[in-house]
Amino acid sequence: MELLWDGYIEPLVWIVAKILAIVVPLLVAVAYLTYAERKVIGAIQLRKGPNVVGPFGLLQPLADGLKLFLKETIIPTSANKGVFIIAPMLTFILAIIAWAVIPFDEGMVLADLNVGILYLFAISSLGVYGIVMAGWASNSKYAFLGALRSGAQMVSYEISIGLIIISVLLTTGSLNLSDIVRGQIGGVWEWNFVYHFPMFIVFIVSILAETNRAPFDLPEAEAELVSGYNVDYSAMTFALFFLGEYANMILMSGLCAVLFLGGWTAPLPFLDFIPGAIWFILKICFVLFIFLWVRATFPRYRYDQLMRLGWKIFLPLSFAWVMLVATFLVVFDKVPA
Amino acid sequence: MSEQKIKNMTMNFGPQHPAAHGVLRLVLEMDGEVIERADAHIGLLHRGTEKLIEYKTYIQATPYFDRLDYVAPMNQEHAYCLAIEKLMGVEVPKRAQYIRVLYAEIGRILNHILNMTAFALDVGAMTPLLWGFEEREKLMEFYERACGARLHANYFRPGGVAVDLPAGLLEDIDAWADQFDIFLNDFDRVLTGNRIFKQRTVDIGTVTAEEALDWGFTGPNIRASGLAWDLRKSQPYDSYEDFDFDIPVGKNGDCYDRFLVRFEEMWQSLKIIKQAVKNMPDGPVIVQNNKVAPPSRAQMKRSMEALIHHFKLFTEGFHVPAGECYAAVEAPKGEFGVYLVSDGSNRPYRCKIRAPGFPHLQGIDFMSKGHMLADVVANIGSLDIVFGEIDR
Repeated sequence: MELLWDGYIEPLVWIVAKILAIVVPLLVAVAYLTYAERKVIGAIQLRKGPNVVGPFGLLQPLADGLKLFLKETIIPTSANKGVFIIAPMLTFILAIIAWAVIPFDEGMVLADLNVGILYLFAISSLGVYGIVMAGWASNSKYAFLGALRSGAQMVSYEISIGLIIISVLLTTGSLNLSDIVRGQIGGVWEWNFVYHFPMFIVFIVSILAETNRAPFDLPEAEAELVSGYNVDYSAMTFALFFLGEYANMILMSGLCAVLFLGGWTAPLPFLDFIPGAIWFILKICFVLFIFLWVRATFPRYRYDQLMRLGWKIFLPLSFAWVMLVATFLVVFDKVPA
Repeated sequence: MSEQKIKNMTMNFGPQHPAAHGVLRLVLEMDGEVIERADAHIGLLHRGTEKLIEYKTYIQATPYFDRLDYVAPMNQEHAYCLAIEKLMGVEVPKRAQYIRVLYAEIGRILNHILNMTAFALDVGAMTPLLWGFEEREKLMEFYERACGARLHANYFRPGGVAVDLPAGLLEDIDAWADQFDIFLNDFDRVLTGNRIFKQRTVDIGTVTAEEALDWGFTGPNIRASGLAWDLRKSQPYDSYEDFDFDIPVGKNGDCYDRFLVRFEEMWQSLKIIKQAVKNMPDGPVIVQNNKVAPPSRAQMKRSMEALIHHFKLFTEGFHVPAGECYAAVEAPKGEFGVYLVSDGSNRPYRCKIRAPGFPHLQGIDFMSKGHMLADVVANIGSLDIVFGEIDR
């Protein structure tokens, strides 16, 4: 009995508790990201944003969630029912499980994988399946075009993201996300974005494309495809897509913080007394703000222009940077052990 | 292996599509995302306006013109009033002419704000729309203060305008005109030089000057193609000749040029508004002929004749001498014309309306051919289509 408790049940309870400790705050963060988005964009557009439900409209996300939860889930008669339902679940699950390897603070990580970045990369590549399945299963032309665009877009930008990650890895010498952060301890001048500044910019633009956000929100371009791949979704199935998209935004911001902005480390050494998790969250918020800012400012790319940017500009640029970094490290004998 | 035949995809674009600008229905034949054919279907907002006008007296028909291009209502009334005045040979007082010019230009700005910001929204930039509506709101209030209605004004009347401007309105319009450049400059900075916006609009939906003439384009759409054709200059009506303004002309006739031409037109309209406010003459605002225009309230209290005139005007209406005429104004969207046939009775025998949007919409097929789906949306946005006037 004791063996059962010590060997199986206790670790299980422990891990479930840890997972909940990540997922529950994450979902709350997603809810309030929608609130922040509406407030920030509202401010940029000289209007108020939600301010009726609760103080300062703070209960608005909950009201929205409740509304979506209570609505009827409509499945179009011509849809492929199984795939139609699995697609949003897949998107949502993938957006959640990627968080397993993100380090919030020194040692505060669910799974300290030594190939963490590969895991993240694999999970985010799978994300395209949810959208392609949704577009296909809806059996609608708008959704189908949206899914096609999304598939092409995510695949092309993943390549340049991969090359950017390689150049970061070359300087850090580890695939473990915690190690990547440890390599940046010591203040803002040690952070990777200083050395990899061009790649930092390319990375920010690429994660906009990777998460299908403006100005690369072609898969759901409202003015063209009405709502793209999720045009036929309603109620909870739509909510899952929505949650997945926003969780992905936070995830990519977290990845950006880990790779370029020093993860949990303080920007100045004497600010070390503030817990690392707070720094990490602040950095995520900063990147998220860029997401929202860009959305309120820029027009949308056209499909072929997006592809051109990905393949003809970002890909050669990031590849050249990998070569440059690698050459530099070898020539000056600075290859990390 | 037998040869496979690949069929083009046919997609139904609208009428309940967010970028269809009302109730446009396009049947798109597409090869992937490339448009092979764009077939516009109209008639979903047809209300039989022209026929309805035949059953109303001349004054009663004016409100129908508000409902044509509901984005800039007074400009349509303007053409109709001009047509009646031409048939009756009525001379409009100077102050009424200036008020009409003032409100026609306010209407032009109203229209361009809506169109350009909605165009920006169509290509994905949503912020200008909300900035612009703040300004539109202020302009709507000027409408409201002049005539009591924000949208369906019914303010221009044959022979002048319905009532004089209330005290203080001109000063407020002047104050507004002094701060409007803030919006214009913000709008300019956020969009005009934006690379993505340029990539989305330059060389999209190019219309050569010849094509523009062949398809009957007017207004900003023909000026963007390089033809300086503006009725306000070429055949001035309502003392437009008193005003100092320029006609912006484009070069390539693409979506970007159409955008820039409209943008510059807003500056020119602002200039006209400032001049109109500054030089506004005093005097009556409607022709002092009680056979056409109602007598004042005070006169009616004292004069039996005035009371009879009033009663006759609002029951039977005035009779227009038999004849026919065409009057056109430079509406924000292009040449808005009214062809009026009178048989000498109190109702128009026929009232044909030339809506500028109709020929523009015809161009959508040749403009979109070979472009991508996203460009169709840009084309529709840059043509400035409002279905109230196309379907009538």
